[in-house]
Amino acid sequence: MDQGHHKETFISKWVFSLDHKIIGLQYMFTSLSFLLSGFSLMLLMRWQLAFPGQPIPFLGRFLPESMAPGGVMLPEFYNQLGAMHGTIMIFLGIVPLGVGFFGNYFLPLQIGARDMAFPRLNMMSYWIYLLGGLVMLSSFMMPGGAAQSGWTSYAPLSVTAPAGQTVWILAMVLIITSSLFGAINFIVTTLNLRVEGLTWSRLPIFVWAQFVTAILLLFAFPVLEAGAVLQLLDRIAGTSFYLPAGLVVDGAPLERTGGGSPLLWQHLFWFLAHPEVYVLILPAMGIVAEIIANGTRKPLFGYKEIVGAMCFLGVMSFLVWAHHMFLSGMKTSLSYFFMTTTMIISIPSVAILTCLVLSLKGGSIRFTTPMLFAIAFLPMFGIGGLTGLPLGFTPTDVYLHDTYYVIGHFHYVVVTGTIIALFGGIYYWFPKMFGRSMNSFWSKVHFWLTILLMNGIFFPMFIQGLAGVQRRLYDPTAQLHNVAVQPTNVFMSYCAWGLLLAQIPFIVNFFYSMFKGKKTAENPWEATTLEWACPSPPLPHKNFEKTPTVHRGPYEYSVPGHKTDFYPQNAA
Amino acid sequence: MMMEETATGIPSGKLGIWMFLASEVMLFGAFISSYVILRTGSPLFEIPLREMLGIPLATLNTFILITSSVTMVLALDSIQKNNQKGLVGFLAATVVLGFAFLGIKAFEYHHKWAEGITLSSGLFGSFYYTLTGLHALHVIGGILFNLYILRNGMKGIYSNDHHERVEYAGLYWHFVDLVWVILFPILYLL
Ligand code: HEM
Ligand SMILES: [Cu+2]
Repeated sequence: MDQGHHKETFISKWVFSLDHKIIGLQYMFTSLSFLLSGFSLMLLMRWQLAFPGQPIPFLGRFLPESMAPGGVMLPEFYNQLGAMHGTIMIFLGIVPLGVGFFGNYFLPLQIGARDMAFPRLNMMSYWIYLLGGLVMLSSFMMPGGAAQSGWTSYAPLSVTAPAGQTVWILAMVLIITSSLFGAINFIVTTLNLRVEGLTWSRLPIFVWAQFVTAILLLFAFPVLEAGAVLQLLDRIAGTSFYLPAGLVVDGAPLERTGGGSPLLWQHLFWFLAHPEVYVLILPAMGIVAEIIANGTRKPLFGYKEIVGAMCFLGVMSFLVWAHHMFLSGMKTSLSYFFMTTTMIISIPSVAILTCLVLSLKGGSIRFTTPMLFAIAFLPMFGIGGLTGLPLGFTPTDVYLHDTYYVIGHFHYVVVTGTIIALFGGIYYWFPKMFGRSMNSFWSKVHFWLTILLMNGIFFPMFIQGLAGVQRRLYDPTAQLHNVAVQPTNVFMSYCAWGLLLAQIPFIVNFFYSMFKGKKTAENPWEATTLEWACPSPPLPHKNFEKTPTVHRGPYEYSVPGHKTDFYPQNAA
Repeated sequence: MMMEETATGIPSGKLGIWMFLASEVMLFGAFISSYVILRTGSPLFEIPLREMLGIPLATLNTFILITSSVTMVLALDSIQKNNQKGLVGFLAATVVLGFAFLGIKAFEYHHKWAEGITLSSGLFGSFYYTLTGLHALHVIGGILFNLYILRNGMKGIYSNDHHERVEYAGLYWHFVDLVWVILFPILYLL
């Protein structure tokens, strides 16, 4: 523990720590808190969707006049909740959890490193992230409330919106900066700090996934940063980058020179935001691959194919962004291009999924909790991916665009896909982080309730979307054609509130097990990768007693002739 | 600082700087593409008269910045030959040239603003100040980086087998120079 040169104080050990494991844990607790708060915003919205115009019971009394007079939420407040829900979940919840926490904690361990390449940069990226998150939340206190132009912040609406939008932009710039620092760190760490013997073809899939993710972040985020700066200038400096001439706002003409293009923002935004969806899914796929190899006790099916598909996904994800803009009036030739690339990019996604499914074949599966989550990921991600195809074809997208079908599509990939995988990862690596295991009964209760309720929320979205229900509606009953499917909204809302309750077993189990859980050995899952070759928790600032050397690939399970059914990477 | 063993054989700091510059390329790339798209696509994009742009002064500034890249190369070259004085002298020259660039830029801003080319006077002005302003911020960053190296250099910290940071500062400075070499023609000459 003692570094030799300096004594650790409480502050340097737990608060301004340079240790990737502590920073990882900081990321974990912070991003889980953001996930919970972003989720709570949605729970409020679900009241309005299920019972439009009725006062929110109990909680309504605590909301100020500017948000919900008499407990009935205002349309502006509904919009704020929606925009902040999306922003918080994606930029402050899932990415920091999947990359900031999982990447930070386990990538160095899996490559046998003592820490990240730049520990100080790592610490900075956490603190900038936290600051960005707090700034984002604080925007609810701005006059006119928080950002309310959706997580996509389309111009010109976002340019003429109240001050909360400016705060949104500033917070985004902080979050982007933090992600860029993180991305540089992950790339250099993977390139440079692999231990002896850990060649590229022996890297665990999780490391590959994090590596490709970091490259996506590095190349995509600066473009949104540029877009955000232009939007900021449009808002505060009187420029017209996104403003066409002759704009009339609230009945009064806008005093601007105009000439700008609202579509410019859409291009800059989606150039980031499409790669961003792979930032959301790749770490999840990496986690699922680790768990499946371990739970089936056999090598992954198609290691090389998975790695190849991930790299190909990474490249292609920069060439499909305008499939979010088919209805913006683009040229047919252009929409053909993006339709084709979208079809091409679904091939590697399906290839990865197929490899993971085939990995199950012939395995003697151990149905541990992490394994339940990993197996559930497969069909759920399948539904999410398949429902993307009709959105990628222009003829069908004309009908489906901006309906609840799109919302259903991406919640299947991000929630029942990514979040389920991230939960699985937490259960899988919990013993490594705390040297104790989580209670298995309550983990399974958490699993079953969560997966059922998630489907209860998101499946009806497809039905609604096909029935023509638009997204971002304050009052779904305001249009006649929506009334037929209004009962589904009530059902979905009950599922959503139930989903909150279903997290209680997880939260209690987590904290209880952290301190009181059953003590576990170094390698409780009998796994092969390097993170299991160090003590649980790994030694502060150095992880391994002795730097390991790697002798074989990552998933040598059930090797004929070997005495146990797992052959660790570092075993001689 | 000792050179650490790395899997690629390239020092981590150097890889880090390269990655950072890659993200910077995307940042400027996004701004510049936005400029090109609106300049070629927007009917309301009015380009000011050439006389208003002050091309001679900007040419001088380009020359100053390119010279500063040369002095930066000479600074690195000096320390590679273990010439401490040379390092300090050429770095100081680089910093002075950086300040000269900013000074002229400030004068140009003042002049243009007085002529009516402002941030909100039209798309050209908006892009002009955004692009050059962002670049100027990078110049300031580069000057700070160089001053930090200069301070260490005066303390005699660097030597022929330990000068990675000098090299990193150089990489960054050349990048900032390169951005200007792209901005100059597309803002002034086209
Ligand atoms: C596997 C193949 C996939 C295809 C073909 C696909 C296709 C599409 C298309 C065409 C849209 C735009 C729909 C519209 O607005 O009309 C869309 C929206 C979206 N997709 Fe996918 N997608 C796929 C996978 C994913 C994955 C893996 C994720 C995330 C992990 C994802 C997240 C999203 C999100 C967040 C949106 C909506 C953004 C918004 O408008 O708010 N998709 N998808
Ligand atoms: Cu997309």
